[in-house]
Amino acid sequence: MLNLHLILFLVFGAICVAGAVNLLLQRHPINSALSLVVVMGALAVEYLLLGAEFVAAVQVIVYAGAIMVLFVFVIMLLNAGEEERTGGSHVAWILGVPGMLAGAVIICWALLRHGNTGDVSIGQLPGHPADIAQLLFHQFLLPFEVTSILVLIAIMGAVVLAAPPESVQGSKREAK
Amino acid sequence: MTIPLSYYLVLSGILFACGVMGFLIKRNIITIFMSIELMLNGVNLSFVAFAAKWGQLSGQVFVFFVMVVAAAEAAVGLAIIIAVFRTRETLNIDQVNLLKL
Repeated sequence: MLNLHLILFLVFGAICVAGAVNLLLQRHPINSALSLVVVMGALAVEYLLLGAEFVAAVQVIVYAGAIMVLFVFVIMLLNAGEEERTGGSHVAWILGVPGMLAGAVIICWALLRHGNTGDVSIGQLPGHPADIAQLLFHQFLLPFEVTSILVLIAIMGAVVLAAPPESVQGSKREAK
Repeated sequence: MTIPLSYYLVLSGILFACGVMGFLIKRNIITIFMSIELMLNGVNLSFVAFAAKWGQLSGQVFVFFVMVVAAAEAAVGLAIIIAVFRTRETLNIDQVNLLKL
């Protein structure tokens, strides 16, 4: 019953949940960012358990690498301190949090109790990069190209938004 | 050597719920943004789990697309945060309550 893969799943799933809860409890953004890195690293192991090698590698490189470096960079650039507890929106506390908890518990209960979802055998779907590339560049070629345009637009948007206001106005004036 | 699919879905649901909770209760704009990334990660896990269940590699391709969109979103969102901080001098979401900069 308790095989090695189940033990690995449970250990890294527990690390995942612990990181996510720590993200909520920490008050300093840098601590939240580092616990998010823990969540992403543990998720990469879960992907490996499912046989998705390519996704696990991309998860570490893109998410835990690039995106989180961007987050930590911005936190340090803006010198973000501890967040102030201002209470915030009461509607979020009164309706949102209990509603979310109830929803999560109901989904978990339904899945574990009535979900006749079957088993996943470990590594039955080896996600070799070659197979994924075959799919990506044949069946999903158009979405792939559209995402490349999306990334281009995102780069231009980030440069325009993050540039100091004077430089943007200056370039407008030069254009005129 | 099998694990019930529902375990993966429950883990994914817990991560998504943590993300929504952080989105609702956190007051720092960067932490709220990180909660969104947490939600995306939870969804990715269920994508990969279903891909393994049904033997369809396209689930993993969709995870790839989600990651690309998340990267683009992070770049633009953090640029917006920098712009807001430059005009407002604050990262508290309660003090960013006007649409105009």
